[in-house]
Amino acid sequence: MARWIGEEDIEDLSIGAALFGTGGGGDPYLGKLMVQKAIRKYGPIKLIDPSEVPDDELVIPTAMMGAPTIMVEKIPNGDEALKSLRLVEKELGKKAFATMPVECGGLNSTIPFVVAAYTGLPVVDGDGMGRAFPELQMETFNVYGVSGTPMGLYNERGDHCMLNALDNAMLEHISRGIAIRMGGVAHVALYGMTGQEVKQTAIPNTISLCMKIGRAIREANQSKLDVIQTIKETTKDSIYGEAIVLFKGKVIDVERRSTDGFVRGKAVVEGLDEYENKNLLVEFQNENLIAKIGEETVAMVPDLISFLDLETGDPITTEGLRYGYRVTCLGIPTPQIMRSEQALKIWGPRNFGYDMPYTKIEDIHSVKEVHR
Amino acid sequence: MIYKIGIDVGGTNTDAVILDENNSVVESIKSPTTLDVESGIVAAVEGVLKKTNIELRNIRYVMLGTTHATNAIIERKNLAKIACVRICLPAGGSIEPMFSWDDSLKAAVGNQYYLLHGGCEFDGRPLNSEGLMKEECVQVLNEIKHSEVESIAITSIFSPVLDSYEKELEQMAKEILGEDFPITLSYEIGNLGLLERESSAALNASLVKVINKVAIGLQKALARYGVDAEIFFTQNDGTLMSIEFAKKYPILTIGSGPTNSIRGAAYLTGLEECIVCDIGGTSTDIGILIKGFPRQSSVSVEIGGVRTNFRMPDIISIGIGGGSIVREDNGRVTVGPDSVGYNIIKDSIAFGGDTLTATDCLLAAGLAKINHPNCDVARLASIKPEVIENAISFIQDKVSVAVDRIKTKKEEIPVVLVGGGSILVPGDIEGASEVVRPQYSGCANALGAAIAQVSGDLDKIFSTEGKSREEVIKEAKDQVVQKTIDAGADPTTVEIIEFEEVPIAYLPSNVIRIKTKAAGKLLNPTLEVTNL
Repeated sequence: MARWIGEEDIEDLSIGAALFGTGGGGDPYLGKLMVQKAIRKYGPIKLIDPSEVPDDELVIPTAMMGAPTIMVEKIPNGDEALKSLRLVEKELGKKAFATMPVECGGLNSTIPFVVAAYTGLPVVDGDGMGRAFPELQMETFNVYGVSGTPMGLYNERGDHCMLNALDNAMLEHISRGIAIRMGGVAHVALYGMTGQEVKQTAIPNTISLCMKIGRAIREANQSKLDVIQTIKETTKDSIYGEAIVLFKGKVIDVERRSTDGFVRGKAVVEGLDEYENKNLLVEFQNENLIAKIGEETVAMVPDLISFLDLETGDPITTEGLRYGYRVTCLGIPTPQIMRSEQALKIWGPRNFGYDMPYTKIEDIHSVKEVHR
Repeated sequence: MIYKIGIDVGGTNTDAVILDENNSVVESIKSPTTLDVESGIVAAVEGVLKKTNIELRNIRYVMLGTTHATNAIIERKNLAKIACVRICLPAGGSIEPMFSWDDSLKAAVGNQYYLLHGGCEFDGRPLNSEGLMKEECVQVLNEIKHSEVESIAITSIFSPVLDSYEKELEQMAKEILGEDFPITLSYEIGNLGLLERESSAALNASLVKVINKVAIGLQKALARYGVDAEIFFTQNDGTLMSIEFAKKYPILTIGSGPTNSIRGAAYLTGLEECIVCDIGGTSTDIGILIKGFPRQSSVSVEIGGVRTNFRMPDIISIGIGGGSIVREDNGRVTVGPDSVGYNIIKDSIAFGGDTLTATDCLLAAGLAKINHPNCDVARLASIKPEVIENAISFIQDKVSVAVDRIKTKKEEIPVVLVGGGSILVPGDIEGASEVVRPQYSGCANALGAAIAQVSGDLDKIFSTEGKSREEVIKEAKDQVVQKTIDAGADPTTVEIIEFEEVPIAYLPSNVIRIKTKAAGKLLNPTLEVTNL
């Protein structure tokens, strides 16, 4: 079950994490370099299944929060998230058995690996978003009753604080402000939980799935195979549902604006081949939220909506999206744990300003549900 | 009348043109590019000077677009031993300078680096409260002084926001290493994104010996003909730099070739906003001109396997050219990306060879004609018509898609076709308001070098705290105009040619990132020199 992660696995992770970033989550490139450097120095990292964590042991997830554009300029020392983890250990009076990602999409898929390489702690194969989301209360950990508090925050200088909030929404709100004052980025540890809570609340095996998909994309590209087909096959055998091709076409318009620290906007794609004479509209808030063909909504948050290069199958972020790109728009059904009534209260379409109930992507596309 | 010479080094040919002060072509020449590049440049200059009967002392300017810098990096030749100094502590320790470089390149430049205290946050607040620490700097600089290092690159965190740390260290370095010791400051060449900017600065530092060599060679060749002209290098944004500037920023010459072709081609048509397709024997380069300048690439560009973020022209290259090989596999016809290249006049079927090329298909369809003694269209009679038809639509499709990809919006704009392979696209192009095929496009690249202007650019995060957005925008525009004038432009001709506000995620709304660029004509033009 446990496996050792080397430099090539991290390469694969960064590709899969870009797909699961659904357009946002930050470019995993810098995180990838940090892990590769740490692996060269300290050796491979142990990735363990959630079931391998004893029920009463402590797992402390680690992450960065703030602007990825700042982090690629003010690059970290590598030990910041680890220091935050130590801070939380001290507050809880207990040593961590392992660390874990809070977000498997984008840059945050890599941060726990840096911590793990430095400390020798294993990384738990799972996360709390199953994708990328803009806020820290958007976690299955939060949905199913784990407190984000106490939260440790460090910046590169060594400025730090221990934050205790009464609920996880307030924790997000206050820590966001601190991250800005810390210089735009904070390296954090939060949602410390027992092994039992990990098994109950984490979305399992998302990290190994990202690696598997990343490898599939890389290998399909090398041997000129159909990348989309390999993604479909890989997702079909996972807790996610089989990926659905929503659209193929050419980007004809991208609109972005920056409000309240988020990049909001939309992309319009003009159909090619079987989608000719149709237009796809995708709206985003850092991550892609909703996809419509004409008046019909074809996918919505929390299901995953991602753009890939039509030819190479490489994932494209909202920031990288430009007029003239030939893209495939892919929808991936989110795992059941993210679709419960409580979960949809945190990240349903209404939480992003859409006055509509959540409809599963498979129901929209009347594909038979393969899983559970 | 005064004159100027434009020279452009291409993969196959080195071109030279002589222009008069109205930018009309007086003489041009094509000469083969040589392995060492230099002797090819000298041959082209001598060739064009021998051909012309103008008064040679009236040649006042020589503009050179060359591939020396790229070649040096790819071949790991003539590179200086460098030290990378990163001003970052107490941040920035996780990944050392040049971490992701290929081992052979690291070895060629010496792989020496230091991390120092200093640098700032996005809003200019210091990272290290004391700023630079003098003792630490002096110690590192002394260590550099007593090593093999020939050139240094200084990169400070957020230097595009606040350049003072890099400048301060530069001053100290000059005192210890000497006034003439080559120093590259990252804020002057790269954009936000520390590793990419640092790598750009490091590559630049490693190239400082390259320009000197070519400049001296060119000066000698000109002197032999009694030409006492000022030499400029063309940078990849279609503007000029003096030898002194080029010695400091040799990396900015990388990519000037395609830029010169695009600008030269557009100049021949009189268009300021257009797409240019340069179709050669092996590949097609497609670029877009906005207000007469090529659009910059917005993604990081790899040079010799190193991720960089200094400005580069946005060029799409596709593997379609006159010599592209046509294949049929189970009824599916493909063209390229491999090509017979310059062997087309012996390998392609129309020329008596046995490889079906893109040019063959156009000839067979009667859409192109070639006047060459060895070219016989009758040889193409046995090729299946559907193969020809499919190959032509394959080419048409690839070119149309690439033309469309380089656009930023849906509106139709003119497309200019140049290059020996332009016969491959005989008709219209989807999305083009018109397709222009200028005459005399053979020397477009050298012409592009000769007509280059002077520019300045800026990529900076501004805080709107206590200021209105308009005030900040004005501040940015004033700064970029001043940079352009400092670079040698005539103040009365300076214009803002690019202006963009870039949104930043996860930051309060009171900061904006502005990317802008200005350009103008070279100062001291014709008048004062005509009465020599």
